[in-house]
Amino acid sequence: MKRVLIIDDAATVRMYHRKILEDCGFEVDEAVNGLEALEKALTTSYDLFIVDINMPKMDGYRFIAELRARDEFSQVPAIMVSTESETKDSDRAFAAGANFYLIKPARPVELTTSVRLMLGEPA
Amino acid sequence: MLAPTVAAAARRIAPVTPAQASDQISEEDFLKFREFFYRKTGIYFEESKRYFVDKRLVERLAATGTASFREYFVNLRFDTRGAELQQLVNVMTVNETYFFREEYQFKCMVTSLLPEIARNKRPGEPIRIWSIPSSSGEEPYSICLYLLEHWPDIANYDVEIVASDIDTDILAQAKQGIYSQRSVQNLPAALLQKYFKKTRTGDWQISNDLREAVDFTQCNLSDPLSARAYHHFDLIFCRNLLIYFDDVSRRGAADVFYNALNPGGFICLGHSESMSRISSVFRIRKFADAIVYQKP
Amino acid sequence: MALVKTTLAALEQIQEGNARPSRAVLFMQLSGSDPDLRRTAALELAGDIESVAELLAQLADEEDYAVRQAIVSSLAGIGGPSVVEGVLGYLRSDDASLRNDVIDLLKDQPDAIAPHMPHLLADPDPDVRIFAVNILESLKHPKVVDWLIAVIETDRHINVCATAVDLIGEVGDARARVPLARLEERFADEPFITFAVASALDKIAA
Repeated sequence: MKRVLIIDDAATVRMYHRKILEDCGFEVDEAVNGLEALEKALTTSYDLFIVDINMPKMDGYRFIAELRARDEFSQVPAIMVSTESETKDSDRAFAAGANFYLIKPARPVELTTSVRLMLGEPA
Repeated sequence: MLAPTVAAAARRIAPVTPAQASDQISEEDFLKFREFFYRKTGIYFEESKRYFVDKRLVERLAATGTASFREYFVNLRFDTRGAELQQLVNVMTVNETYFFREEYQFKCMVTSLLPEIARNKRPGEPIRIWSIPSSSGEEPYSICLYLLEHWPDIANYDVEIVASDIDTDILAQAKQGIYSQRSVQNLPAALLQKYFKKTRTGDWQISNDLREAVDFTQCNLSDPLSARAYHHFDLIFCRNLLIYFDDVSRRGAADVFYNALNPGGFICLGHSESMSRISSVFRIRKFADAIVYQKP
Repeated sequence: MALVKTTLAALEQIQEGNARPSRAVLFMQLSGSDPDLRRTAALELAGDIESVAELLAQLADEEDYAVRQAIVSSLAGIGGPSVVEGVLGYLRSDDASLRNDVIDLLKDQPDAIAPHMPHLLADPDPDVRIFAVNILESLKHPKVVDWLIAVIETDRHINVCATAVDLIGEVGDARARVPLARLEERFADEPFITFAVASALDKIAA
């Protein structure tokens, strides 16, 4: 079973994403900011990260940059989800090392399709 | 030391039966509380801890004279001083100190941290370790024992151990180095024989050599003046203390540690604690035995 | 070579001078080229209300992450209207970590931030409105619930409302029931809002 880490400071968003992904058979874990996510990633192995941008202590851009700087995570896909819809925001997400960019709120099919795409599974 | 005293006091509360607990705390209450407590402290309760959590919530409801969880939760959220949250942390976490507690970190110290620290030392330059809060001394003496028994390079380096606590009574006790059977029960018998002697009352006193090897000092982490004297450390143990601090004091303590460490120095927190809720100035390092924070 | 002891006296010799440098010296260090000195100076200035202008000026230029954290932490310790007004502009910063540090600081300033709240919640930029709701998260102020209800009743941006709903569920005020139901109608074709409202109503009912 593929394991996904949802990183978002908003509890409702984590619950929503968790429900959608669990309904599709993914195993889901949560973190409230980038630092906590990094700690979890060091002790558990994940197949995919779903990353919010604005979070206390460590924001999404820094988290992905930290991820990409470590050999063991350099290839793990990361989807950035953001309330920010301007091109410059998605540019920055890709520059930081994100593989996909979703605008909040994601509809269930958008989320599952992009997750499967990132994991190389049939949609 | 602050923590165990507060925790012990908070636990002196009448027992509650399971029936009472689940009557007063619904599933939704539990989830709501779990999310809030997790966000505030980083401590997450699995479903299997439900009974434990409910029981302590019911105790706090009784202690605060609150009629319902709902009312209690509103007060908790809007308690500006955070006093009730602190009470909750105290009752939700169990804190006792004994020799070789959380031994995996000492293993990490001798197998990973000290070799890395030692590599960057000039000949004759000492390695400095700070244990805070030292409480009654179990932690700094455990560090000594581990160094002497499990770090062969102790023959090649000078190691200085400073152990601090806010409480001068407990420091006096630490200097005495007398421990109950319970406190030493995790120690291998050979170590007990080698480094302790039995007192007439059946307790164990640690050897004079070790008592003299540790510098016990009084320090209040929340007082910048008191903390300013601590510098040039390579390794800090601060376990199960920050959990009892509020956000501001935690950030302050993280600043003290940052100042007290040499570049590349490490800090070990307790098993349920994480810098991820406190400060992002440290780098997270993963070693075979533990996750440790490092000053860049 | 072995375990050796330093006494506290020796410890005090190790540190370079125990006396606090003067404010003028700290200001020089704060804008100097050594990040360690800048950081120590920023921390030393904690609680010194006379240093707000210098701390704010350095915050604007500071690129070292640890130094910036120290400046924000010292500004948070000083607090009050001048600090709040000085950092409010950073909610519009392009730098996400600076924005989030500032949000954290503002959460602890209920009295000083309250007068700005109505403007922030009416800001034309939805991101700024989201940050304003983020500030409400831990703000100990009696008007928090009223502000949140006003957001879900009037704000047209889905993510601003969603952020407020997240918080309303946690606050759990029964007055929010009807506004939540109306919000769900307003965004009837948005599964996330349906989900968030249901979960907030569950929490309120609990």
